[in-house]
Amino acid sequence: MKKICVHEELCMGCGLCEVYCTVWHSKSKDLIKAFKREHPKPISRIKLVQEKPVSFAVQCRHCNDPPCVFACLSGAMHIDEETGLVVHDDEKCIGCLTCIMVCPFGAITIDPYRHKVVAKCDLCQGLDVPACVANCPNEALTLEEV
Amino acid sequence: MTRYVIIGGSVGAVGAVEAVREVDPVGDVIVISDEPNLTYSRPMIADHLSGETSLEKMMFPAKDFWDKQKVQMHLGKKAVKLDLLQKTVELENAEKISFDKLLIATGGKPFIPKMEGATKKGVYNFITMVDIQRIEEAINTNKVQKAVVIGGGLIGVSATESLTKRGLKVTIVELKNWILNLILDKEAAKIVETVMQKDGISILTGRTVQRILGRKDNDDTVGGVGLDNGTVIECDMVVVAVGVIPRTELAAQTDLKVNRGILVDKFMQTNVPNVYACGDVAEAYDFIHKTNRVLALWPVARIGGRVAGYNMAGQKCEYPGGTAMSALNYFGVPIISVGLTTLDEAEGYETLIFHDKETNIYRKIVLKEGIVVGMTFVGDVERAGIIFNLMKNKVNVEGFKHKLIADTFSLASLPETLRKQLLLGVMQ
Repeated sequence: MKKICVHEELCMGCGLCEVYCTVWHSKSKDLIKAFKREHPKPISRIKLVQEKPVSFAVQCRHCNDPPCVFACLSGAMHIDEETGLVVHDDEKCIGCLTCIMVCPFGAITIDPYRHKVVAKCDLCQGLDVPACVANCPNEALTLEEV
Repeated sequence: MTRYVIIGGSVGAVGAVEAVREVDPVGDVIVISDEPNLTYSRPMIADHLSGETSLEKMMFPAKDFWDKQKVQMHLGKKAVKLDLLQKTVELENAEKISFDKLLIATGGKPFIPKMEGATKKGVYNFITMVDIQRIEEAINTNKVQKAVVIGGGLIGVSATESLTKRGLKVTIVELKNWILNLILDKEAAKIVETVMQKDGISILTGRTVQRILGRKDNDDTVGGVGLDNGTVIECDMVVVAVGVIPRTELAAQTDLKVNRGILVDKFMQTNVPNVYACGDVAEAYDFIHKTNRVLALWPVARIGGRVAGYNMAGQKCEYPGGTAMSALNYFGVPIISVGLTTLDEAEGYETLIFHDKETNIYRKIVLKEGIVVGMTFVGDVERAGIIFNLMKNKVNVEGFKHKLIADTFSLASLPETLRKQLLLGVMQ
């Protein structure tokens, strides 16, 4: 399975990963429309975290033994049988925050624009290379077989 | 071929079935549940009552889960007796089901305090779908307008929220001095109480309901409650939510060791070989209290069930332990609270607090010898999981403890070796 690797020594803290993550998770897939015109607003599933001089981007690590899946009250968070990825079904999500309580990375986001639902990285289903990796100008994010 | 029998069909059983099937794809797996319906998520019943969640959405696990895992389901059948020598479970209809490995995952049942009038029509529990259906019916047919919720814990507050959303005027009566007192300190509870009061809810603390009164025209039906100080509150519905106690009845005539719950070791096995217990009925290890405790919590039940499942199927697996852990999102106030959070004055503990009264953001960390043993996050909770993980792994945070409650706290605030271990998946 391929996973995103984080290289903090290469991260410049530019935040383009968040921008392109947001665009890919928008309806229009268009930069301007995604940020200016869509309702509910699309949100980034990757988080640029900084405690200067350290900066890096973190997203769902797709754990092998995912605590969020075992904690989920509704079954929204689950392991995809085919891909082995940790996926989140926002139709089933009730926004109970139990997944957030147990995520060791703080990688799950409460969607502020929708009613009681969380969001997280899905490794950009439909793209060969996730948007954050493809658009990182300094290769601080790479997609690697693990 | 091994015969696995699981009594109880909720999340503990789900965890166990998944683990058993990972190891043993061919053994017989049998689930016995006294609930007539396919299993659903109990924590979601309040959302169902408030109208936010459909029955369909509540189904947990997915409808095809039991079939896919080749589980024989005995729904609507109550296990009434265990014979641990003959290794059989007897059902209410006298049918006997034999097992090689048994998991008791019978859950909890509501604790009903002794109160005069508790059998009157209009008194409800708030645990199962059946409770919700009864409340639903009462709201629809009897035009219920006022409710008293007895108990200001998790169940009481969740019941209050859903009844309020249905348009009822709710009064909570709580024995201690503030609501949610098992998981929140006074400051944090105050934030929730203020929001609830703005929503029109009356909160009476330091009081108990002594008796449930009948209506003037019909004494068999709820008309109000009488408090310990003599006050009478008129209402046409009472919800009793003072907590759950383990359903240990099955263990009663056996050699199984029971304290408050059925005692299990670090493999979730009881004192009787081949017999396991998990979830609300079990008394398993708490990694913060460093002793066995009953923890009636969904995520704890699923992990306990998993550990039991692996061991039942012959793959050794040690239970990491659970602890009190709650994520709440009532009345629009997100809260995450884990471990010991109300020990402000206790000797040997250090408390760090950040409280912005303007925004109602509250963060609290309780430390013992440099290790986090408790945390409460109110309002801003997204990074709480990072700290929960430090608690689980007993990481000494002495060198960076003040960062944990800062606005800027993130994975980047952790020391380099620690964050690299985390990102490489070495520590979880």
